[in-house]
Amino acid sequence: MTNLVEVRNLRIEATTDAGRIVEIIKGVSLDIANGEIVALIGESGSGKTTVALSLMGYARPGCRITGGEINVNGKNMAALSEKQRARLRGTDIAYVPQSAAASFNPSSTIMEQVIEVTRIHGLMPPEQARKRAVELFRALSLPDPEGIGARYPHQVSGGQLQRLSAAMALIGDPKLVIFDEPTTALDVTTQIDVLKAFKSVMRAGGIAGVYVSHDLAVVAQIADHIVVLKGGQVQETGTTAQILSAAQHPYTRELLAAFEPKPRQAHADADAGAKPLLRIDNVTAGYGAVRDNGLPLIRAVDSVSLVVEKGRNLGIIGESGCGKSTLARVIAGIHPAAAGDIIFDGKELQRAAGKRSQDQLREMQIVFQYADTALNPAKPVEDIVSRPLAFYHGLDRQARSKRVDELLDMVRLPRTLRYRRPSELSGGQKQRVNFARALAAGPKLIICDEITSALDTVVAAAVIELLKELQRELGLSYIFISHDLSVVEAICDEIMVMYNGERVEQITPDRLKAPTHPYSKLLFSSVPKLDPTWLDGLVRDPELVSQYGHR
Amino acid sequence: MTSGVLNLVLKRLAIAVVTLMIVLFAVFFATSMLPGDTASILLGQAATPEAVAGLREAMHLNDPAILRFLRWLFGLLHGDLGTSYANEMPVAALIGGRFVNTMELAGITTLLSVPLALTLGITAAMLRGSLYDRTVTVLSIGVISVPEFMVATLAVLLFAVYLKWLPALSSVNEAHTLTDLVRIYAMPVITLTFVISAQMIRMTRAAVIETLSTPYVEMALLKGASRSRMVLKHALPNALGPIVNAVALSLSYLVGGVIIVETIFNYPGIAKLMVDAVATRDLPLIQSCAMIFCLGYLLLITVADIIAIMSNPRIR
Amino acid sequence: MTRVAASGRSFLGHSYNLVGIVASLVILVWMLIAIFAPTIIPHSIGDIVDDDYFGPMRQGLWLGSDYLGRDMLSRVLMGARYTVGISLAAVAIACFSGVMLGMTAAVIGGWVDTCLSRFLDAMNSIPSKLFGLVVVAAVGSSIPALILTLAVIYIPGAYRFARALAVNINTMDFMTVARVRGESTAYLIGSEILPNIIRPVLADFGLRFVFIVLLLSGLSFLGLGLQPPLADWGALVRENIGGLPFAAPAVIIPSLAIASLTISVNLLIDNLPQKIRDRDA
Repeated sequence: MTNLVEVRNLRIEATTDAGRIVEIIKGVSLDIANGEIVALIGESGSGKTTVALSLMGYARPGCRITGGEINVNGKNMAALSEKQRARLRGTDIAYVPQSAAASFNPSSTIMEQVIEVTRIHGLMPPEQARKRAVELFRALSLPDPEGIGARYPHQVSGGQLQRLSAAMALIGDPKLVIFDEPTTALDVTTQIDVLKAFKSVMRAGGIAGVYVSHDLAVVAQIADHIVVLKGGQVQETGTTAQILSAAQHPYTRELLAAFEPKPRQAHADADAGAKPLLRIDNVTAGYGAVRDNGLPLIRAVDSVSLVVEKGRNLGIIGESGCGKSTLARVIAGIHPAAAGDIIFDGKELQRAAGKRSQDQLREMQIVFQYADTALNPAKPVEDIVSRPLAFYHGLDRQARSKRVDELLDMVRLPRTLRYRRPSELSGGQKQRVNFARALAAGPKLIICDEITSALDTVVAAAVIELLKELQRELGLSYIFISHDLSVVEAICDEIMVMYNGERVEQITPDRLKAPTHPYSKLLFSSVPKLDPTWLDGLVRDPELVSQYGHR
Repeated sequence: MTSGVLNLVLKRLAIAVVTLMIVLFAVFFATSMLPGDTASILLGQAATPEAVAGLREAMHLNDPAILRFLRWLFGLLHGDLGTSYANEMPVAALIGGRFVNTMELAGITTLLSVPLALTLGITAAMLRGSLYDRTVTVLSIGVISVPEFMVATLAVLLFAVYLKWLPALSSVNEAHTLTDLVRIYAMPVITLTFVISAQMIRMTRAAVIETLSTPYVEMALLKGASRSRMVLKHALPNALGPIVNAVALSLSYLVGGVIIVETIFNYPGIAKLMVDAVATRDLPLIQSCAMIFCLGYLLLITVADIIAIMSNPRIR
Repeated sequence: MTRVAASGRSFLGHSYNLVGIVASLVILVWMLIAIFAPTIIPHSIGDIVDDDYFGPMRQGLWLGSDYLGRDMLSRVLMGARYTVGISLAAVAIACFSGVMLGMTAAVIGGWVDTCLSRFLDAMNSIPSKLFGLVVVAAVGSSIPALILTLAVIYIPGAYRFARALAVNINTMDFMTVARVRGESTAYLIGSEILPNIIRPVLADFGLRFVFIVLLLSGLSFLGLGLQPPLADWGALVRENIGGLPFAAPAVIIPSLAIASLTISVNLLIDNLPQKIRDRDA
């Protein structure tokens, strides 16, 4: 056997809630050479995590490895007993989870958990293990490598936890490390540090790796080979360069196409009679006790002003915690502002939604990120979409039914879906229903709060296309809130960058290459590119990073 | 202890005090609705209206309820539980010895049932789905589903009627030797242990199973940890809060259990005293007994909540 | 590529299992008996039909006779009427009020929620049997008084349960969407929250029914529940407890009746029909 890992014709079955057995991995084969990093890429439900976990001989509860060979370092994980597998876990093969925050035991110190592998397998005395851990902390460029181990998981940030979980994986000197979407939950500026740290320790140790991800650009930075999965089957395998430059399979091409810059339509009425639809002036909002000056203790949004013109779109971009979602809720009146004015369609709005008129509420709709929680799971699609029709427009049953059909057509959903409940729809379909409900009100402005973030790349691209089409047909305006620059770039006429509750810069998409504010520079330069040399070639101003790389 | 924990604990104690006031008032209010005029009951059928009126005056029965409540509360704070209507003895004296008896019964039951239930609950969770687990689960559902008196009667049938190992009735005063003592306590303790263990087993099992499905336990598995390590090092410390709550909540079933058990086995505790007091409408006695039970219950859940607060590393 | 793994059967998009079916049959039988008891009892419950007391089971007296020589079968069947009837009425009142209050508190929030929660939590910290003892002693043991007492004792629990569920639903984005649409509190409660919590609330209804049956039986056993000549199952055990030393059917049968009902409800809750969710698109 020449390769470290040889998977042959792997089959895994899952038992559903109702007791049906479904094959979720349908004959997957793949190889990993010593010291090589292979990426498993695919959308949610493609089976990439299931395949990666099977390398440890593990299948999640309800799943079962039913066929094939999983040879790792000369041993067939599928045929070993549970005891024998446990002996290899942590020593031969280690795992870095998607959410480090959930994967650390909250009631034990970080150091205890990092060196647990050495205790379980009796690898070295605890003193030595601790020293080794501190070395790893340093190699992963964690702050305060001597002291961080004494803390509890909730006392360190997400980006640090992710690196700590890599230390936890590396302490047993594994031959193979499985990374399960380790940077998906992180902000882009943090993601860079984590990726760099991973790459350098893997390279230094000559360790082989499996990198599970849905993000081609991230994978391009770290992987030698790419395996594209869909529906539990391998679609295409190749070196990173091959996949990026000469993809054969249509699905791979679709993934790549989502990265290509979209042609932007120029607005015919671009500068002609552009009238402001929404203007907010010096709005401040936050949480916590209200102080003497009438402002809250913690300001999530601090003196922000913005203008949205009729038929045009404003993008708001920033990292988690920058206040962009709070700003959306302030505009919609869900979280009343503490100070400032909101002027909509020429009239000043009350700060709280409860005090606004029904027409004002109708004309400004908000669409949330997670269609799962935004759609009532107990109601069929037609009830969800027709409620605004009855509530705002007082349509009778027949008129509602007709209008529901039209709305489903508008969001490109088959009319037969109207009888389904949200749980019976795919992620993209749910988000379209979510959007159809907002359209049902007949709004002038739709606030889209991260509406594509929970979707797979290809699905998200289609939703954005739909939004553009609807805008042309209905003359809507959008406020588009996202952490993903490419999404905002694709649809917005103006982009506002937020940091720490404040608006730091507002620019147009064609000037994205040359932001003026240092934070915008850092943020824009941190977005991974498809180019595999991008990460290694990336030079960031250390002063900028220390000032704004807050995590 | 950081100030955060201290704050939470103080807040919890404040809630306990407010709850206690509401409960005390509810008990007082309910008992003052007891049917029949207390004065005429005390004086019997032959009493003249003047005598009844005089007694009412002397007992302050004509004062508004809130005033009587405050007077009663004031008395409580000075350790004055009032005087029994039935035999004109101070309530404190009536309760004294019996309180000790009840505490003995409850204490022995707790010492026996807590370790037993925790062991069964945790092991059942570890061996989830096994024959052992299913047996424990079915048995505990069975015990929870039947009234306490049925557990007691079954115990009597089994140990006293068929096996003839133990006497059906208890009489603490006849205890001279250790074997006597065991024989006296055995039946009530067995019954109570069954009653409160069942609930504890179920809740402990559920709490451990829930933590076993967390990502950090999966992580431990992927580090090569053994089943027992996953449970003891990773699941248990995090299930501590829910388990302590389960224990406290189950111990509160002691109150209900004790009422039935003391009656059925004729055990001289305060629960028996209270059931008798309800029959004779002995107001001060009912109030005091009810108050003791509520106080005990409140103490248990407050202590459990405080332990749960302190066992949470996120606050600690 | 699909096979069925579990041994469940499916019907109308739900899968059932054997335990659940048996349990529902037992419950159904007791419900029917509770309704039709007066017409199916072989003897009047007051008639002394046996020369002996605690008579054994035999032809004509299928469940033996009680401590006065009355027919146990008739008395147990009539007992079902009281035990099931009173408990069902009480649990209906308790759950309806508790769930309504719970949902309202969760949706309105603020001081309404705080006051209601604080008060009902305090009520909840009076042990149920003790509560029952004190209140029954105060207001008497007539059937309406018993129903109300039992209901009041279990309102706080039903409230707490429904409120916890509703609070979770209340944080969902669809609630925010409905709020900014301008919907009324009544719509939020009835149309957005209730359909999402109805399943667990029904399970809780069953559980609380068991609690109430047990408490009612316990009170009657103490002689503080239903008063003679009426007798529910708990009272039947009490009046025949003298038969315990010779294991008379008169004391065993009512106990078994209680157990069969409560265990069945518990088993049904654990084995509710599962909606088959993953049907293919």
